[in-house]
Amino acid sequence: MRPVLPPELLDEAERIKARYPAGRERSAIMPLLYLVQSVEGCVTREGLEEVARLLDITTAEVEAVASFYTMIRLRPTGKHVVSVCTNLACALRGAGGVLEAARRAAGVPADGELSRDGLFTVHEEECLAACDAAPVVTVNFANYDRMTEAAVAELIQALRRGEEPPPARGPFPGDFRRVSRLLAGVPGAAGSGAGTAGPPSGEPRT
Amino acid sequence: MSEPVRVLTGRWGEPDTVWIDRYLETGGYEGLRKALAMSPGEVIEVVKASGLRGRGGAGFPTGVKWSFVPQDTGKPTYLVVNFDESEPGTFNNRELVERDPHQFLEGAIIAAYAVQSRTAFVYCRGEFLWPGQILERAVAEAYDRGFLGRNVLGSGFDLDVVIHRGAGAYICGEETALLSSLEGFRGQPRLRPPFPAVEGLYASPTLINNVETLSNVPHILVNGPEWFRGFGSEKSPGTKLFSVSGKVERPGNYEAPMGTPARVVIEEMAGGVLGGRRLKAWTPGGSSTPFLTAEHLDVGLDFESIQAAGSLLGTGAIMVCDETDCMVEVTRRLLQFYAHESCGKCTPCREGTWWAVRVLGRIEAGAGRPEDLPLLEDQCSNMLFRGFCALVDGAVSPMSSSLAYFRDEYEAHVREHRCPVTGRGPGLLPEPEPGDEAAAAGAAPSWADLAEELG
Repeated sequence: MRPVLPPELLDEAERIKARYPAGRERSAIMPLLYLVQSVEGCVTREGLEEVARLLDITTAEVEAVASFYTMIRLRPTGKHVVSVCTNLACALRGAGGVLEAARRAAGVPADGELSRDGLFTVHEEECLAACDAAPVVTVNFANYDRMTEAAVAELIQALRRGEEPPPARGPFPGDFRRVSRLLAGVPGAAGSGAGTAGPPSGEPRT
Repeated sequence: MSEPVRVLTGRWGEPDTVWIDRYLETGGYEGLRKALAMSPGEVIEVVKASGLRGRGGAGFPTGVKWSFVPQDTGKPTYLVVNFDESEPGTFNNRELVERDPHQFLEGAIIAAYAVQSRTAFVYCRGEFLWPGQILERAVAEAYDRGFLGRNVLGSGFDLDVVIHRGAGAYICGEETALLSSLEGFRGQPRLRPPFPAVEGLYASPTLINNVETLSNVPHILVNGPEWFRGFGSEKSPGTKLFSVSGKVERPGNYEAPMGTPARVVIEEMAGGVLGGRRLKAWTPGGSSTPFLTAEHLDVGLDFESIQAAGSLLGTGAIMVCDETDCMVEVTRRLLQFYAHESCGKCTPCREGTWWAVRVLGRIEAGAGRPEDLPLLEDQCSNMLFRGFCALVDGAVSPMSSSLAYFRDEYEAHVREHRCPVTGRGPGLLPEPEPGDEAAAAGAAPSWADLAEELG
């Protein structure tokens, strides 16, 4: 069996398990899946096996859980995950066009989510709870507000150039692997940037 | 214009509120100090007397819920915070945490003390990367200052808070599915009883509360239950943070006393319908609550009044559709959400939502049949209350209400094979401009072909 986690992340895995009460380590399955995802960019068969070994459960049990959640990626995934909300509040504000523009700019084939160059996964998302800023796009779960077709195309071009476009709130969190590490709750990975929240929703904007 | 009321949003004007120093300077953690000077039972009585009701959708009295958590069972007691905000149209919990994380955290600590929980889990929606980071930092600050950890403020009460990130599943907002997920399983709902208060997380007594609910608690402790009852209506006291989105001039979260007429929130606070158009339909509490119309704008936004008008207050998420929006398209899009988010456990939900999307899509595309309307109604009655949890009931809400209020629009789609609102014809392509032969020739297959293809 090919090991997925390097030694320092195996220590991290033990710390993640210790967040939960003794005997309840299975609760750590999601952060552990995020942890293996942070190494491989998605969760491979070997990643599932590693989590199973860490929790002393079967790989089938891990896969049953992993396949339930959309943020655990069981297939090849881009360096950046671009999510376009097309639920009602965003749809009413033109999200359909934003999704198409994102797919075009990223170069995603008609029947898929992954761009031809492997840089982007463009994902049609359900409500992202930021409807005040519709249409909403997230890149690796950082929010970009009030997107237009032109703005999302430029956002994707900027990422392609290796830039880190500033999100609406908080700092740019890095690529999908780094964000998976943040989601696993690895200490020291927390962002800074308090006070970048912008005006409260509903306040007049310039 | 109504005078703005600021309880939950009182510190929103100040970005520095995300830090504990500013929170303390503005009276923060005074509610916790008061609570710790009382017995847990006395704290529960104060919250009961305030009449605070759960803001997650069901509106159950919060103090009563706390009193249901048994003590001396020999098992640990858990507080679980539902920060898995994902009801379409709802974004108030996110902003409450992003702008004033300690207000929520203080409420959570008070709740944990009241039910004598030594471990609290915050189930944070996976997509909430930044709000989750804000919360992580707030928790670290609270440990540093002695509001968390061993012997909180010298009271002898110990509390640890663990932030647990979800991974993208709407159903985990349902409290028993959330518990399954937190235990490391697929997020599928469980049969009740036993209720979580008695057998929740790890089969132990568990209190589950929503972020907005808990954010009210410090204010109730500081100012007293009578003060809280000074806002809102007798049965729905307090203020509520309404998330307004869709076709309004200024989408956003607006705080108003419970019972405030919808017209005030939509027209005054959110600036009215976008572009001065006419309002067509709105949800009072997210996509799972039946649509209301312009006729209901004077209804008060509280649990009782909205229910009397035929809908539910839900999460207070007001999504506004205007006269240029096609209600068949709107309903199809919402059903697509429920079909995607159904956990698959119950057949009426798993299959019902899937089929509803197809029938609605057929009507939307101009290929509907006259018998499709009774078919949809039949689907509604075979789905409603036929699931383990309320997800399927939520799916029925937009269908049954849009059929009730906009039946003529559905009928026109079927009769004219095109949308009477947008003018779009078969395949949802724009109609060719008159005289544009090339466009007409290149248009999608005729509706008859489409009808055949869709069966």
